[in-house]
Amino acid sequence: MIHTLIGDLGHLFVIISLVTALLAAFSYFKAAQKDDLAAEGWKSIGKMFFSFHAIAVLGIVVCLFYIIYGHYFEYHYAWSHSSRQLPTHYMISCFWEGQEGSFLLWMFWHAILGIIVIATNKFWESSVMTVFSLVQAFLASMILGVVIPGLELKLGSSPFILLRDAIDAPIFASQPDFVPKDGTGLNPLLQNYWMVIHPPTLFLGFALCTVPFAYCIGGLWKKRYRDWIRPALPWALVGGAILGLGILMGGYWAYETLNFGGYWNWDPVENAVYVPWLFLIAAIHTMITFRSSETALKASIVLVITTFVLLLYSTFLTRSGILGESSVHSFTDLGLSGQLLIYLLFFTIGAIWLTVIRWKYLPTSEKEASTYSREFWIFIGALVLCMMGFQVLIPTSIPVYNKIVEAFGVVSNLAPPAEQIQFYSKFQLWFAVAVALLSGVGQFFWWKKMDKSQLKNSLIIPVVITLITTMIIILVKNVADPSYIVLLLAGVFTVVANGKIFIDVFRKSPGLSGGAVTHIGVGMILIGIMFSAGYSKVVSLNRTGMLISKESSNEFNSENLLLFVNEPKEMAGYELKYKGERVESESPSMFIKKGDIENTAIPYLVTAKRDIEEDGETVFQKGDTIKIAPENTYYEIQYKDGNNNIFTLYPRAQVNESMGGLLASPDIKRGLGKDLYTHVSSIRSPNEKVEWSEMEEFKVAPDQNFFVNDYVTSINKVERIDQVDGLDLGPEDVAVRIDIIVQGEDDNYLAQPIFVIKDGLVGRISDEIVDLGIKLTVLNIHPDENQFSIGANTRQKNWVVLKAMEKPLINILWSGTLLLMIGFGIAINRRYKEFKKMREKGME
Amino acid sequence: MKASHIIGIVIIAVAIGIIIATAGDASSYVTFNEAQEMAENGNGNSIHVVGELTKDNSGEIIGIEPSPDKLSFSFVMVDDNQKQQRVYYNEPMPADFKRSEKVVVIGSYKDDLFIADKILMKCPSKYQEETVNAEI
Repeated sequence: MIHTLIGDLGHLFVIISLVTALLAAFSYFKAAQKDDLAAEGWKSIGKMFFSFHAIAVLGIVVCLFYIIYGHYFEYHYAWSHSSRQLPTHYMISCFWEGQEGSFLLWMFWHAILGIIVIATNKFWESSVMTVFSLVQAFLASMILGVVIPGLELKLGSSPFILLRDAIDAPIFASQPDFVPKDGTGLNPLLQNYWMVIHPPTLFLGFALCTVPFAYCIGGLWKKRYRDWIRPALPWALVGGAILGLGILMGGYWAYETLNFGGYWNWDPVENAVYVPWLFLIAAIHTMITFRSSETALKASIVLVITTFVLLLYSTFLTRSGILGESSVHSFTDLGLSGQLLIYLLFFTIGAIWLTVIRWKYLPTSEKEASTYSREFWIFIGALVLCMMGFQVLIPTSIPVYNKIVEAFGVVSNLAPPAEQIQFYSKFQLWFAVAVALLSGVGQFFWWKKMDKSQLKNSLIIPVVITLITTMIIILVKNVADPSYIVLLLAGVFTVVANGKIFIDVFRKSPGLSGGAVTHIGVGMILIGIMFSAGYSKVVSLNRTGMLISKESSNEFNSENLLLFVNEPKEMAGYELKYKGERVESESPSMFIKKGDIENTAIPYLVTAKRDIEEDGETVFQKGDTIKIAPENTYYEIQYKDGNNNIFTLYPRAQVNESMGGLLASPDIKRGLGKDLYTHVSSIRSPNEKVEWSEMEEFKVAPDQNFFVNDYVTSINKVERIDQVDGLDLGPEDVAVRIDIIVQGEDDNYLAQPIFVIKDGLVGRISDEIVDLGIKLTVLNIHPDENQFSIGANTRQKNWVVLKAMEKPLINILWSGTLLLMIGFGIAINRRYKEFKKMREKGME
Repeated sequence: MKASHIIGIVIIAVAIGIIIATAGDASSYVTFNEAQEMAENGNGNSIHVVGELTKDNSGEIIGIEPSPDKLSFSFVMVDDNQKQQRVYYNEPMPADFKRSEKVVVIGSYKDDLFIADKILMKCPSKYQEETVNAEI
């Protein structure tokens, strides 16, 4: 059965949303062109159309989610992004895994923000909503999925396309109504809670950046050159906070889930959000300057427009496939690059044109900014931020230059720098130093009228404290690299200087302390980045003198540890012990030994071989069915430090031959001073053929000990069973399961080989104790002697190769992030109150 | 001279500096032959080569040889000039490798082997299937 109704409904909503967005844009445009009284009619029509538009967007979202949630795999979107066993919260991630879904998410936020703008503004509604509705119309066209007949022009890519229309598979020729039983699932690396909340946060940040832009255009259009900044500022602040939070969440996800050992990779996709964010922060600074001193209006207009254009440019970069050869994210072209380019050019050219024709009317302050004025220093700060962004933008755009010169028939072979991290870091470090120094000094200018002698007086104490603190940190932490010392000095100075300002301001009026708190956060982030990235060190050093593998590089052999199951090893003051492979059960979430479960025909369902306990309580009883995530294997690593404190880490690995290899995720022991970051770098491949030793035979009675691989082993229980998977047992047939206990170093292990006599023939089903590398088989039963013949094969014990790194003071980075957000919160609150006051006076 | 002029000049200087530094640090896309020439001339810079994996007539990828411990592997790549070259990569095979339509290897020649420091892959779309099997 193919559910065509829901898809048709979704598609209908897409068309409605496009049409209503265009109608709303037109009505609001008309309203904005008229004077106040005559505008009311058009304004209410615009409001009506935008409301319909918002309902239609909600409709699209509901339809798409219904398809994913209902497992309607006849739809291409559900089939390629979801699967049956995916928990609900990851179904939400599937929603935006595809490009169509992420455009939809962006539209969704715009619809909500549009409604807030309508509800909170009086004067600005018409002009702002004209811009908003136009942006929405462009986004809606991205998911339209209509081919214009005759022109063969594809407009947008629909998320409601049926699988049989999207993919040309032979099965559809014979069975047009064929529906796959299951989808292909969500990228396992995205099955992480950060990936549930990180994309919506980023897209909310994107959407928020449209608001100041819309106000700016409205201000230029309606010739209210000064007035747009007040309502736009709180929005710009919220945008800066949310976009920044989104970026940092992405970094945190990378730190927690990917094993490149860091949080920032200077990948083009990361750069594409970082650059507009820097410009937005610069814009916020010039807007604040304007609010307090009527200067920097032109700079604010230019920066707000640039931020939005850069945002569209990053959308173009990441979604047009142009980065295909330079980014690991390997985004591809949905055939929308032409459309995206029109989108980009429309708003860029429109905004530049409007700015140019209004430029000469823009009010300027005649007075030359003195080098002792706060405006001057904030302006310099904003310029540094822009240069910082510019430096990232230029190399990231290399593929674009190639495309442009190719259009003129020239072949360009320019490629992005091969060592991205070193390349960007060496520049960004010095910009960061400048930003830190300026934000330290700038705050003093901000709060006091300065001249030469006053500046000296107010700076002397922070400078002395900074020097002493930095000196102590350098000595304690052994910072030796000169450029790191400069960065540390600048970071500490920002924290100290802004700390002093914070204490002064907080006493008088806590509501104004947002700037100081934010800048303290910036200083801490810089210090945290410097230590955690610059002084990250590998601690899993192989001091045994033995190679892990002859084929591997020297670096691999010296920086990794080979751990055999239950064999302790020393590392960086810890005693490490690998305790075996674990799987995670879904409910309750806990780690279960692979040896305690038995696979069933369905990969994600297993049965318990014995009672499974946690903290002394039985969670699963023998025979219970347990739901697990079969692709994930966790490696239990026990750490014991010098004081006999024990903790356990569970680094994760996914082996997926179809994806070509090993996907490892770290586990992190968080400490106040440093994080211990551990991931597996090589594992015993489960799909590889195992080399077993020759079988050794034991003839034993129950409760009689024998030795397998030096482990004390005994038969615990003999049980006749009625059912054996994969066998039809007749009334004459016999199946006996024998529980054999192997006493490991720390734990007992259970094996349950089965002996079957069916139709007079003997069958033997062996069982393996994975961790110890033992396979046991019941060879024969001797009822007269009450004895059993047990065969044992052994192989190399289970092992794992582990890499561990120390990330010093990374928590300063995360706490700085938190302060940054709190600071933004305080500032937003203050600016929103201002806006509300003005609105109550009927000014906005 | 006004302060704003000085700032303007400094900004332009920094911008030009950034562009020059970028051009200086930029790598380049070359073919295997050019890369080999560069290596023979003692130029050890990392460069990008774009190409595809070799496939047999039935579309199966051939020429991938993992090391016994799976910690590194080598494969045969055909560049845009149809030159076949064995590429060695000292890391486990990246996810998605076999599905990639296009591969970019970043590295340099060492004798007759191309040693890749990094591999970028262009996939139809991450984890997206190209065809449907009747069983699933």
